[in-house]
Amino acid sequence: MESPEPEAGLSAVVELAEASRSGDRRATARLLSLVERGGALADEVASATQAHVGGAHVVGITGAPGSGKSTITNSLTTLLSEAGQQPAVLAVDPSSPLTGGAILGDRVRMNGASDAGVFIRSMATRGHAGGLALAASGAVRVLDAAGFDPVVIETVGVGQVEVDVTDAADTTIVVVAPGWGDAVQANKAGLLEVADLFVVNKADRPGATDARRDLELMLDLSTVTGRAGFERPSITMTTATEGDGIGELATAVAGHLDLLSQGVELDRRREKRRIAEVRAHLEHLLVGAADEMLASEGLQPVRASESPMMVARRLAGQLLD
Amino acid sequence: MVGTDLPIRVVLAKLGFDGHDRGLKVVARMLRDAGMEVVYLGLRQTTDSIVAAVEQEDADVVGISMHNAGHLTLGPMIVAALDEVGLDVPVVIGGIVPDADLSELEAAGVAAVLGPGASVEEVVSTVRSAVGRNGIT
Repeated sequence: MESPEPEAGLSAVVELAEASRSGDRRATARLLSLVERGGALADEVASATQAHVGGAHVVGITGAPGSGKSTITNSLTTLLSEAGQQPAVLAVDPSSPLTGGAILGDRVRMNGASDAGVFIRSMATRGHAGGLALAASGAVRVLDAAGFDPVVIETVGVGQVEVDVTDAADTTIVVVAPGWGDAVQANKAGLLEVADLFVVNKADRPGATDARRDLELMLDLSTVTGRAGFERPSITMTTATEGDGIGELATAVAGHLDLLSQGVELDRRREKRRIAEVRAHLEHLLVGAADEMLASEGLQPVRASESPMMVARRLAGQLLD
Repeated sequence: MVGTDLPIRVVLAKLGFDGHDRGLKVVARMLRDAGMEVVYLGLRQTTDSIVAAVEQEDADVVGISMHNAGHLTLGPMIVAALDEVGLDVPVVIGGIVPDADLSELEAAGVAAVLGPGASVEEVVSTVRSAVGRNGIT
């Protein structure tokens, strides 16, 4: 199958989407490439898949670099696959801001999942901050429409504020490892606030129970944790390299979906996800237009007497005119 | 695609029982710095795991590093495995390959072979010409 170029047109995308739904993994991979590429064909992929989404539980796994996200993803999806589910993984790693290149290294720790038949796709951020690639939501849609369930998104190794994944996932797992910080760190705003489930990985190492205690204390003091006070996140202790605790984690993940599905919370989150996706694309379009405007020759010379804010307001006025 | 080129996506792996991955890591870094997206599989891969990765990652090219004198067996094997499932993706071999073996690998469909001492420019241009585009965005 040739990769459809823009001139190959929209029928090729529709065909790929149909093949993808019937289990053709190469078609799924091609659709993911088109989504990453962006532009008119990515829009077509979005249209062709939109009617078939919603079947997948979208699970985000995030945490600091080296905390064990890939290994947990590997153990969890291997277990689910062996239990008869059809998981897919979207593994995001950073692009170089200098060259645009990337080392997508998550598969190194996913040999077990690969052997178990889990569909794994690596994705570079291609300049997008926030812990995910801009195309991540579109890629999740492709995997969802292809019939994979759950779809696990593994973010780049994040610090404190990269919480994009909460917009993309139904359930967000935050992974910490022993020695990640103390009780003060635990109470800082950001990543820890958005967890639906916590994992303390490397639980065989010294400090694991301390890490758990600090998280419990943080949760004791919190009234908003777990996204608008929905539920107090559970904490699962794992040693992902050995598979220890992964069964409990799988139970916690399934339990969270049940909880979401009991009321309107699942629908509310997915509605919020759609809005976030629209917002991200809108921002991308506006930034593109702004860059174009700044680069264009017709731009009135920026006067030194004008503050940057005044210039920006004047230009924004022209842009939105 | 008109106007912009997309990053070249490369799958890099060691195939079979061969623990020497230093060279592969260096090459991964060279290709990253040339603007490519390197899907790094690392050690002890099988033809099945490499074929699955090439398919799922929609890779443009696959690079296999060999330091165990198995290239005349494993090189043709990976080319055939890709061919069997209809994946038309060039295979570049890097590592220790005696000159006398080059023609046999070429005949088996290996796109290029990179030996010790290959410069960054040589590695990058070999991968680009195997793919048939520059991949510069």
